[in-house]
Amino acid sequence: MAVAETATETFVGTSVKRKEDASLLRGRGTYVDNLTLPATAYMAIVRSPYPRARITSVNLDAARAAEGVVSAFSGTDLADDWKGGLPCAWPVTEDIKMPPHYPLATDEARYQGDGVAVVVAESRALAKDAAELVGVEYEPLPSIAGVERALEEGAPLVHEDVGTNECYVWKLETDDFSAALDAADVVVTRRYFQPRLIPSAIEPRAVVAQVGPTGDVTIWSATQIPHILRFATQLVLGIPESKIRVIAPDVGGGFGSKVEVYAEDQLAVTLARRLGRPVKWTEERAEAHVATIHGRDVVHELTFAATNDGTITAVKSEAWCAMGAYLQLVTPGVPLLGAWIYSGPYAIPNYSVTFTGVFTNTTPTDAYRGAGRPEATYVLERTMDALARELEMDPIELRQKNFVKEFPYTMASGLTIDAGDYDATLGRLLELLDLDAIRADQAARRESDDPRQIGVGFSTYNEMCGLAPSRILGAIRYAVGGWDAATVRFQPLGSVQVVVGTSPHGQGHETTFAQIVADQLGVDVDDVEVLHGDTASSQQGMDTYGSRSLAVGGIALWNAGEKIIGKARKIVAHQLEVAEDDLDYANGTFTVKGSPDRTMGIREAAFAAHAAHDLPDGMEPGLEQTAVFDPPNFSWPAGAHAAVVEVDTETGDTRLVRYVAVDDVGTAVNPMIIDGQVHGGVTQGIAAALFEEGAYDEEGNLLTTTMATYLVPSAAELPSYETDRIETRADNPLGVKGVGETGTIAAAPAVINAVVDALSHLGVTDVGLPATPERVWKAIEEVRT
Amino acid sequence: MIPAGFDYEVAESVEHAIELLGNGEDTKLLAGGHSLLPAMKLRLARPALLVDVGRLNDLAYVKEEGETIAIGALTRHKDVASSPELREHCAIVSYTAGHVGDPQVRHRGTIGGSLAHGDPASDLPSVILALHGELVARGPGGDRAIPAGEFFTGVWQTALAPHEVLVEIRVPKLGAAGWSYTKMARRAQDWATVAVAAVVHGNGSVERAAVALTNMGATTLRATAVEKALVGGASIDDAAALAADGTEPPTDHMASSDFRKHLARVLTRRALEEASRRSGRRARGG
Repeated sequence: MAVAETATETFVGTSVKRKEDASLLRGRGTYVDNLTLPATAYMAIVRSPYPRARITSVNLDAARAAEGVVSAFSGTDLADDWKGGLPCAWPVTEDIKMPPHYPLATDEARYQGDGVAVVVAESRALAKDAAELVGVEYEPLPSIAGVERALEEGAPLVHEDVGTNECYVWKLETDDFSAALDAADVVVTRRYFQPRLIPSAIEPRAVVAQVGPTGDVTIWSATQIPHILRFATQLVLGIPESKIRVIAPDVGGGFGSKVEVYAEDQLAVTLARRLGRPVKWTEERAEAHVATIHGRDVVHELTFAATNDGTITAVKSEAWCAMGAYLQLVTPGVPLLGAWIYSGPYAIPNYSVTFTGVFTNTTPTDAYRGAGRPEATYVLERTMDALARELEMDPIELRQKNFVKEFPYTMASGLTIDAGDYDATLGRLLELLDLDAIRADQAARRESDDPRQIGVGFSTYNEMCGLAPSRILGAIRYAVGGWDAATVRFQPLGSVQVVVGTSPHGQGHETTFAQIVADQLGVDVDDVEVLHGDTASSQQGMDTYGSRSLAVGGIALWNAGEKIIGKARKIVAHQLEVAEDDLDYANGTFTVKGSPDRTMGIREAAFAAHAAHDLPDGMEPGLEQTAVFDPPNFSWPAGAHAAVVEVDTETGDTRLVRYVAVDDVGTAVNPMIIDGQVHGGVTQGIAAALFEEGAYDEEGNLLTTTMATYLVPSAAELPSYETDRIETRADNPLGVKGVGETGTIAAAPAVINAVVDALSHLGVTDVGLPATPERVWKAIEEVRT
Repeated sequence: MIPAGFDYEVAESVEHAIELLGNGEDTKLLAGGHSLLPAMKLRLARPALLVDVGRLNDLAYVKEEGETIAIGALTRHKDVASSPELREHCAIVSYTAGHVGDPQVRHRGTIGGSLAHGDPASDLPSVILALHGELVARGPGGDRAIPAGEFFTGVWQTALAPHEVLVEIRVPKLGAAGWSYTKMARRAQDWATVAVAAVVHGNGSVERAAVALTNMGATTLRATAVEKALVGGASIDDAAALAADGTEPPTDHMASSDFRKHLARVLTRRALEEASRRSGRRARGG
């Protein structure tokens, strides 16, 4: 019997090359747009050009008569197809306003890009041409974009029926908070605006829907959440989940923008059912700027109370958060994902956080990489520097003085950080940075009145991810659980198939998960096949977002592997005629205690389990185990980042010179993949600091409609990053923490703190986001005059 | 990003292209396609017919002709950037071509396509203007040379007649003149927020200069107040302070009109300083 040999190499902690890349880098991946089923029809959406308008009439005659058109529908035509609206799974308060949201508008368009009609044709180009022929009569109505103005008396209402633009008010405050504020020696309050960010995954959204002969539906979607999409499709269309299969094939990035139940997915399904043909839709890049969710758009007021020696005694945050025109899947909950960490890595005993959700005539917002935590960390780390200036204290010393030192640590906000070493991350950062040399260069440039000044800025952050303990989610009114599931299956001849409930879209799960299982079961990493992203193969799962896949799904996987070892142990004990307790297990081999020559490999046990010739009485054949893991706590990565910038004080042009990141993401399963996550995340944080701004005019007309005006930076604008890690083990069997969002959370305040530092000798204390040349120049001009 | 429907013809020669252009209105020449195709994909441009001149390889050249360098209109930016003749005799052109867009744009985009597009935010129009270059157009009646100062007539508008094809760009050898193209752009791939082309005659000082401004109005502009002040003996600082005089630059997502005026003054000063440092010796490409 040919059973593969036990591997002697271990994989966790090594930079195993990504299994995914052999196909992806050679253009052999299968994205949704690569799928063409026989008889496919193509969908194009007619979108409102107005931020708000009454839809007086929709004339489809010319479109229906156009070349290659299969059919065309208005919102009213399809109104009876919807058994429910597009779901919002996070009603954060009891009295939250949740206006209905259907895949196409019928009476009123409420943001630029709101769908009002759909055309289906024989090709994508013909569908687009015909969509231009749809005659929609609009009556433009007053509209509003900014959160502060939307709350003013007399502001246009996004939803007249709701009667207010205030969606909800959510508050978390500790007892005696006010007393702590009153007793402070120093109180510093700063106001910030974090503009909209337009998620720009390399692959735009796409969907193909096909109806089978028994009414079964298959949906291929560029989604991060095949399981949740299946569930939601029953809610919207009334098709039982058991008849729905959702497949997320190769997915080219998401950053949260594909954690969503979008109108187009549901339209494709309903049209496929109506027309009896597969229906396909691929988003255009400019379309994505209005039709895919945005991130951020938050006004903050942050207050620190401190003693004269720099001990921070209280933190208070008030934030006004744009929802956009409708609530998408978790729109109202995004701020809450940062709600518990407005004290960051600091031991601040008194705590107050208030969020006001605000409707505006804009594309809905939702989770974008970091979701709530970049917002919180930005205002926190910027205000740390402001407090340091107020106290005339070194910003590093202020941070060190207030760091949490002992773990586990229960924060004023109520959650417990399991592990960390904040002094160690910052200490390592300072070793790498050579701050003395930077300060000497800075002093020399100031002395010579050099037009190009340099500055250094810090961000010491922590974050909560690994979403999430289901009981906590329930307590904060999130509609579903935060567990995840994994199945580990030994095949008869010793290769291993793993089925996970997470759904990667660039993270490299096929590699990292294989590394974990390979070490645990003593097999080669290439003998482990990871299946994901198909509800037919992975029936249970809560998908991929919030840096949860390793910290939640990875533990489910580990637990399933332990169950496999447990069953194999029974088989081995039976065959070797020893007690289970008499067996040691290591690296794929069971050994009888005290008899090192009496061994049996787990692969032999796997074969025996499938042959079933000689199993313990009552044991089911096969060696396959499933585990569902509900995390008892969030995951708590942390780190210290520094940015060095050069600012041309005559033109405002700001260039990043260095970026140094030291992170603690727990056990490093694959250091190369971690570096990749940090690089990408940091780049998105830098982008928010210096480049990207989704801008609307006051009425809600989007000004940044293409990638020529929405400035995603390229490698040419960025330095090579310097990264390092420390590892404190998280309180889980693998010791792992999330890493997907850390860079984005950390980077923006480090960069802006550096810009302010470069200009501080001139008296500049703030530069708005993003720090465009013009904003930097104006900040300098303001203090000069 | 799918353009509206259009017809497509491949020109086998310049004369064939002229013939195809004469067939109807709404016809556009397609060269590198890096300005036209994005506009079509956004459906901002909807030509009925594209005449592809991209295969007219005999229009891809750089040659010395006495005191002039002649550049074929279909020479790609990367070939302009690496041309030994230009690097030796007119390095402002090769340098600037090396800073158009990003490598993808430079490997497809052509000097003629860029100039004929007439975008006031493009780099090369200012350079050709500051050089007093000529643009040679060929039509049914033969060739005519259009001075750069008369070529750019408005946003995306040029002096080319509907049936004319831009075939050659002629620039003078710089000799001992100094030069600079000083550009500010948010990202490498972006159009200039503002840029300044300067050609300076003098020997380490400025006796006279030609200064042209990118993205400071509907077309590339001569900064005539700066040029006059320099001839009148003004210092670089004083002359550069006049750079925005008479301009009405646009306000857009990159910058406000006022900020552009400020940048024009700063960048003109820097361009003149750099160009004067390079003057009086034979400047080589940067």
